[in-house]
Amino acid sequence: MIRPILLKGHERPLTQVKFNVDGDILFSVSKDQEASVWYSSNGERIGTLNGHKGTIWSIDVDQNTDYVITASADFTGKLWKAQTGECIYTWNFEAPAKRVEFNPESKKALFVTDEVMGQIGTIKIFPIDHLKDEQASTAELEIKNDKGVSARFTVAAWGYGGTTIVAGHANGEITKWDVKTGACLGRVKAHEMQVTDIQMAQDKTYFITSSKDKSAKLFDVDNLRLLKTYTSDAPLNTACITPVKDFVILGGGQDARDVTTTAAAEGKFEAKIHHKIFQDEIGRVKGHFGPLNYIAVHPQGTAYASGGEDGYIRLHHFPKSYFDFQYDVEKTAKAAKQQELERQKQEEEGADEQAAVSASA
Amino acid sequence: MPEAEFDESKVDLSELDLSDLEKKYQVRPPKGFLDKFVVCDGTPVAPESKAVILKKVLAKLFSQCGKVVRLDVPVKDGKTAGYVFVEFVNPQMALNAVRHLNGKKLDVRHRLLVNKISDIEKYVLSGKVKDEFQEPEIPEFKSHGYLKSYLMDPAGRDQYLTHYNEDVSISWFKKNLNPEPVIEPRSQWTSTFMKWSPHGTYLFSMFPNGVQCWGGENFERISRFVHPGVRLIDCSPNEKFLVTISPEPITLPPEGHPARASFPFTPESAGHKLVIWDIQTGIAVKTFPLPQNLEHQASMPWPLIKWSFDDKYCARMGPDAIAVYDVEKDFSLLDRKLVKIPGLVDFSFAPGGVKLAANRKNAPAEAILAYWTPEQSNKSAKVAVMQIPSRSVLRTVNMVQVSDCRLFWQQQGKYLCCCVTRHTKSKKTKFSSLQIFQLEEKDIPVETIEVHDVVLTMGWEPRGKRFITVSQNDSPDVNPAYLMNNITFYDTETQKKGRGMLVPIKRWISFKTINNKFINCVKFSPKGRFAALATLREGKGAVDFFDLDFDGEKPKDQSNKVSSNAKFLVSRQFDGMTNIEWEQSGRAVAAWSSSWKHSLDNGYKIYDNTGSVLGEKAVDGFKEFQWRPRPKSLLTNSDKKKVRKSLKEYSAQFEEEDAMEANAELREQILRRKKLLQDWYTWRESLHAKLNDLHLQAHHDTGKVEVIEEMKEVVLEEKEEVVE
Repeated sequence: MIRPILLKGHERPLTQVKFNVDGDILFSVSKDQEASVWYSSNGERIGTLNGHKGTIWSIDVDQNTDYVITASADFTGKLWKAQTGECIYTWNFEAPAKRVEFNPESKKALFVTDEVMGQIGTIKIFPIDHLKDEQASTAELEIKNDKGVSARFTVAAWGYGGTTIVAGHANGEITKWDVKTGACLGRVKAHEMQVTDIQMAQDKTYFITSSKDKSAKLFDVDNLRLLKTYTSDAPLNTACITPVKDFVILGGGQDARDVTTTAAAEGKFEAKIHHKIFQDEIGRVKGHFGPLNYIAVHPQGTAYASGGEDGYIRLHHFPKSYFDFQYDVEKTAKAAKQQELERQKQEEEGADEQAAVSASA
Repeated sequence: MPEAEFDESKVDLSELDLSDLEKKYQVRPPKGFLDKFVVCDGTPVAPESKAVILKKVLAKLFSQCGKVVRLDVPVKDGKTAGYVFVEFVNPQMALNAVRHLNGKKLDVRHRLLVNKISDIEKYVLSGKVKDEFQEPEIPEFKSHGYLKSYLMDPAGRDQYLTHYNEDVSISWFKKNLNPEPVIEPRSQWTSTFMKWSPHGTYLFSMFPNGVQCWGGENFERISRFVHPGVRLIDCSPNEKFLVTISPEPITLPPEGHPARASFPFTPESAGHKLVIWDIQTGIAVKTFPLPQNLEHQASMPWPLIKWSFDDKYCARMGPDAIAVYDVEKDFSLLDRKLVKIPGLVDFSFAPGGVKLAANRKNAPAEAILAYWTPEQSNKSAKVAVMQIPSRSVLRTVNMVQVSDCRLFWQQQGKYLCCCVTRHTKSKKTKFSSLQIFQLEEKDIPVETIEVHDVVLTMGWEPRGKRFITVSQNDSPDVNPAYLMNNITFYDTETQKKGRGMLVPIKRWISFKTINNKFINCVKFSPKGRFAALATLREGKGAVDFFDLDFDGEKPKDQSNKVSSNAKFLVSRQFDGMTNIEWEQSGRAVAAWSSSWKHSLDNGYKIYDNTGSVLGEKAVDGFKEFQWRPRPKSLLTNSDKKKVRKSLKEYSAQFEEEDAMEANAELREQILRRKKLLQDWYTWRESLHAKLNDLHLQAHHDTGKVEVIEEMKEVVLEEKEEVVE
């Protein structure tokens, strides 16, 4: 493994890290109330986004890296200009906002608000107007959790086409919602314990969930069908799907409150790479000395960044061996496909020649 | 109004139904009233004049058991009737009298038979007990299958039990390969732990209400041992008896209660906590109360009942005495008396039969026990070996300045090592000495080895004469926060005698020492030669493998006087390891991390005898790993020799089988993966088609990455120099 770039800039545990669509810029948020923006190639910090008065739980960036949106424990969400770092709009909520995400066209954004202090946990969808700074202060759709505090929303993500949302719950369930009507389209008991993260595959047709029950699972967006299960030896905080290679990366570790009683070796503060299709564990990446809170993978699949409870971001660029690694089965399948393609090509050429011959005749 | 005339004589009384009145005014003794009375048969038949004296004598006798309210001596034809009635203040006293005085000899000719009146009524008067003998119903024999079927595996594989969360599963152990389940994993099979019998025939599981015994090919239930609240169990070496203990004293269900009929204990067992069961019949053959010094103790020394190697005798320790019971004589106390040993601290039976040199050559092996007593009132501390049943002390060793002593038997009972911890006169530092008894030599010679350290534990080679000790330096200048152990290997010296023959002489010397290790557990392979030395510490574990007969050049630091050559093979780290156990054939070692002792990294690993990893599995909430024991081999020594001779052919055959099986497994895995891959791609294809219909981009263009290099010039320093 190539030496990772250690990004030191946050003073408190990281809560989320995210690449923009091009993958050249990395955004990170932490409990120190500051969002940071970094070059992903060398780890240089471009700047910070200042203004929140509480832990920033989540961050997202739109398709063209024009806008950045954040969700914070200070009961607000903020919209920022990516270029200048200026805050152009603030939404006010009745509860801490735990998760935020732009829809695939970046025309809307969802916020997940927490179920505390008598408030009902809600997913709120706001329209985003790219032409002016002022935004609509009322949500165009609110999905309320009606199953009690134990089933509150923890995370949510957009499905393909931006027509559906999948959400994770504190009781281990996952649900799917219609964005137009707010109707519940499906509810599946995915995990035994809290769902800690949901990340979509690049085309948003399937997603991975991670849970405190030490497992991560892959689901189909269409029917919430369980595709794969990855088991780990520690509670998981995050999981992501790598493009290019058929892998998934899981992160977690012993809970923060248990960490003081355990040695670093026992905390399992490692990123675990599993094969997406075969489910086996392929490798582990050590380095953090606290649980991993979030892992984001570069959209071109060339790197991944992990944010830890220890306050560091570790940015790993994959070495050649990572791309070369293949199961024998995969190699033969690839070779077979190649042959198939060549044969088709030949047949087409043959057909062309025949056509040419018949034409000349 | 004239009164109606009522002539009593005219009424036929028999016609009146008076049952309701009878019922209403029936004199019913208060509940338990009759329980206060006992009847005593067998009293002397004496002239009426002596009745007063008799009454006095008997009253005195019965008042030992409680306060006597009344004692009736019936007189018949001028003579006492030979029986008396006694009334006590409460039923408890009456019961006491029955328990203590029944069968008591008043004098040579008169033996008292004391019974409760209520019993007489129950069994004698109402004709409940028939005079004719009625054959008891013998339940039909139910086969549980062949209990040793696991030994008939064609490949000779071993079974092991794994216990995780609430599930217990039993699997065949396969070298390098995935385990094959013997039965489906069972949930709620036990409420606490499972235990194999010493030869692996039975499997015991614990329940709040008792122990259940399982066996046969499919592990069906063979029997139940009802002992409410049972906590610990132990099995005699030949699987004949099971010992259970419960903190709840045995309480009998009240008389007449339906549970009474199936209750396994007799009234004599009331209040007892320790039970010996016959495994085959399921009958409680003996019960004991807990010794006073062990009542209300948090941790129980276990086993409380120790068995001789052949299950013929069992013994338990009391204050200043050992109670030895003869199993074949209905668990009666051997020779009807205790073996008195003042100051006794600990004792143990030899695990194997000992062939004493004094006996004839073909004499059967003897049961031997060893015990030790500390220094007391001008007497030195003592270790002694005693023969059972003769109780003759064969050998004693006297020692002074003893603070502790532990007895380690070699598995065959040939050697006994007493690990004596001694203190210097100032009592400031401690050191150890090893007293090795050679039980099968003439006069039982004892060899003493002085060690400068304190020996923490040791392990004998099960069928050999070598042993390994783990010791610690107790000098005051060692940092107590960083205590390291020293490992020492011992073997007997060999000496050259005429004609170049190596003749062993029985003197143990240490031939290899390894200093400053954290190792604290010695596990010899059951077949000898290999040893696994384990470090079992909170959160950190490792196991080091050693070969004691390494077939290579002997390093210079090992003594030439012994034939052994100890070679360190490999060290394997296993964080959180809590236990380690050899499989009985010595082919594999299992190490596991139990959630009973440690909350993280639970699971197990299996190594072969040289330390290569054969398999590992991390299981959350893993509790226990247990190899299924095997009985002793039936092969004679010459048979074994034959096998050893043609080992090469055998191993070639087995290796071929292994390779074939491995190939099959591999092929299966490849096919499985192919299928997974195929499924995945077909699913993706269908999705791509769908996305294209929706005019959504299925793939991001990964090829178009534009690299923009930004050049920034920063003036670090500007300096003006005047050039002349």
